[in-house]
Amino acid sequence: MHTDRFLRIPAIYRALEWATGLHTAPASRRPLNLLTWFVAGIAALALLPSGYLVLRALGTDADELADLLDGRTLTVIGNSVALVSAVTVTAALIGVPFAWLITRTNLPFRRLWLIGGALPLVIPSYIGALTYIAAFGPRGLLQQALAPLGVVALPSIYGFFGAWGTLTLFTYPYVLLNVRSALLNMDPALEETAHSLGVGPGAVFRRLTLPQLRPALAGGMLFAALYTLGDFGAVSLMRYNAFTRAIFLQYTGSFDRHRAAVLSLVLAGLTLSLLILEQRANLRRNYRAGGAGAPRPIRPIALRGWKFPALLFCGSVVALGLLTPVGVLIAWMFQGIRAGMPFLADSLFRPLLNGIGISAATAVAVSLLAVPLAILTVRSPSALHRWLVNLTYLNSGLPGLVVALALVFFAANLLPELYQSFPILVYGYAVRFLPLGISAVRSTLGQITPRYEEAARSLGLRPWQVTMRITAPLVRTGALGGMALVFLSVMKELPITILLAPTGFETLATKIWTAQNEAAFTQIGAPALLLIVASALSLPLILEMHLSR
Amino acid sequence: MFARFPSIHPRLRLALTMAAISTLFLFGLQMPVGAQTTPAESLTVYSGRSAGLIGPILDQFTAETGVQVLVRYGGTAEMAATILEEGDNSPADIFIAQDAGALGALADAGRLIPLPSDVLERVPAAYASRDGLWVGLSGRARVLIYNTGLVSEAELPASILDLTDPRWQGQIAWAPANGSFQANVTAMRLLIGEDATRQWLSDMVANGAIAYDSNDTIVQAVAGGEVAAGLVNHYYLYEFLAQDPDLPIALHYFAPGDPGALINVAGAGVLNSSDQPGLAQRLILYLLGQQAQQYFAETTYEYPLVANIPTARGIRPLDEITGPAIDLSDLSDLQATLDLLHDTGALP
Repeated sequence: MHTDRFLRIPAIYRALEWATGLHTAPASRRPLNLLTWFVAGIAALALLPSGYLVLRALGTDADELADLLDGRTLTVIGNSVALVSAVTVTAALIGVPFAWLITRTNLPFRRLWLIGGALPLVIPSYIGALTYIAAFGPRGLLQQALAPLGVVALPSIYGFFGAWGTLTLFTYPYVLLNVRSALLNMDPALEETAHSLGVGPGAVFRRLTLPQLRPALAGGMLFAALYTLGDFGAVSLMRYNAFTRAIFLQYTGSFDRHRAAVLSLVLAGLTLSLLILEQRANLRRNYRAGGAGAPRPIRPIALRGWKFPALLFCGSVVALGLLTPVGVLIAWMFQGIRAGMPFLADSLFRPLLNGIGISAATAVAVSLLAVPLAILTVRSPSALHRWLVNLTYLNSGLPGLVVALALVFFAANLLPELYQSFPILVYGYAVRFLPLGISAVRSTLGQITPRYEEAARSLGLRPWQVTMRITAPLVRTGALGGMALVFLSVMKELPITILLAPTGFETLATKIWTAQNEAAFTQIGAPALLLIVASALSLPLILEMHLSR
Repeated sequence: MFARFPSIHPRLRLALTMAAISTLFLFGLQMPVGAQTTPAESLTVYSGRSAGLIGPILDQFTAETGVQVLVRYGGTAEMAATILEEGDNSPADIFIAQDAGALGALADAGRLIPLPSDVLERVPAAYASRDGLWVGLSGRARVLIYNTGLVSEAELPASILDLTDPRWQGQIAWAPANGSFQANVTAMRLLIGEDATRQWLSDMVANGAIAYDSNDTIVQAVAGGEVAAGLVNHYYLYEFLAQDPDLPIALHYFAPGDPGALINVAGAGVLNSSDQPGLAQRLILYLLGQQAQQYFAETTYEYPLVANIPTARGIRPLDEITGPAIDLSDLSDLQATLDLLHDTGALP
């Protein structure tokens, strides 16, 4: 097996060992040839965009390269690293307490907070940023409201602060959802025992709950980080010079694809280091329940005097992340109606159906790939498999424009018959959002003890029968939740739609983009609200995601 | 745990799932896209100009000629990059761009074919490519927009170069990331030289010029009194006044021939990958016809480039302003401009 030989090269072997933190069994002895080829095939499809970047970067001559990788680029790297760190840490600081409050305490309206806290996920960052500028920008709604009090100017929303706030508010739900599921899946016996031994709630959380949350937390933070790294909408509207903006400036300023490719490769490098960080955070910490555990909810902790601060905390998060954007959009919609536009134009119906159809098709395609990949990586001890799957995450940290241009290049030149057709469009979406599907299934499976499968095998089922009849049904909730996440991500995706869809194919996202381009804010309200409502319909599936009990 | 699933027979469940999946797929794949029935003649246009600003005129063309026009809308730069990546397999016949720079980039890459003289002769030579590879469809003048409550016309300088005066410290908005502004800087490099341009940019930065991302946001900021004045394209003023005629904003034109008085174009070219260049040229000729030119003049407040088409009311006519002596085909050395903007700190 070639893969074995590859692993026997000492440097590669050690690098893998370090990065994965596992002592890779030298050449796994199990006959997984077919599976390896399957995973390698998917990884190759997912690596096409990176391959394109290398191809384009090779067109840069040495002088240009030196010119590119100068202090300016280092500054931009610094900017992106600062933004990603700030967003990820803040997302965790919001997501973890929020999840804990709605699962472990007697906070009133817990269901409502859950829905309100998860919903910012369906708001595209470019719409969110626009509404924040309208609300908190110079002469925005807040300043106008404060004007009678003599407030003439607010601190500027533009720059790091605005990008940080916006991206945090639209990415903390990744942490919230992951941590919530982990909390619900945890065996309550451990915490109850600690309580009965007289350990206070704070200490129980710090010493018992938090360590068990580590994999879920790291997973949620990884998605918050990847989203931030690849986001263009929020950083450009907030005028923060992150990497995606520098790449875009290279395209718009000089139409130079080679320099843009070099910059994108650096971005891919940053993504890779994030993946390594996440892997290391998860080391040897597979906290699946030893058995089923007690299948009953844990007794909620009484908040007492903390009830008011807790409500204030959840209330402000929901007010900022959900009510502000939606409120501004409703205001814009009514401005449009007052200017004589219809409540919901007929012209939005087709784009709505288009978006739902293509997003659903992508969600199905992703789950068909993600379930086998996830089962394989969790149940197979091979570090090679795990890293092949991890490589598919690279596209999530790249800006959509770069992924789209890569596929334009390959499809137009290698598959001209399929170019600008639905299969290539679905491929483009899938390649960018596959990690959402994989991770949803992966974390569900991580919590399920392999004993069920071992028992089935000992009762005489063949491995493929075990997978079909035991493993696959067990990860159903995870797969559906992953599909829902992919669905809402495709609903709001823009550059891939613009570049790869059949000519004339419109979605709500492209409608919003057109209106924004023509500075017609009154025309943004209706399609944006429609997009949010349609995406929100997938929320029930996301809330059920990887709940194993 | 298994107790949740036993009610449906596994094989039935599998069948149901498969049925659901295939239905979804069929639904996804069979969505009609306008291009289902291919008529005898059709053209594919990649447009950097957005649907609201050119769609109606393209529909008009279809109504009059029966030629179907399929349009892919996107940003000008994204569309140019797409065409470059597609190479000879590009399905596009025509590229419509918001600025001459993008057309120049495609021309430099050998992707545009020469237009016939009856197309080129519709507009003054200054608004078409030197080699006849693209033609301007509408003109846009660079101007200084100002807040009439904060400054008076008489105070404003005759040259863009004088905005570095301490009088304007912290009062001027500009958009260094914007293509129109960058084209203006490229023109400036050709007119007053590399060093003088660098000096001007540094002085502007030192004088506290405030960076915005686009012309729109500059007009908004000036209208709201956030800054006194800003460097923009002329037509934005009229778009804003159309929504609210009471806004305290007006335009200041720099002196004739001033580097700040550049007149740029939105234009179009025919791609070398087109298999029906004749038909494509016919569409471009249509866009230079009276009806289309009037549409540009009245709905987008741009300058019509064809003779005898009136400019929208209230706009200073094109023949009363004089841009600097520059060939728009020379505005293609964009990387040097980008570097200059970075070096001087105009762009971070």
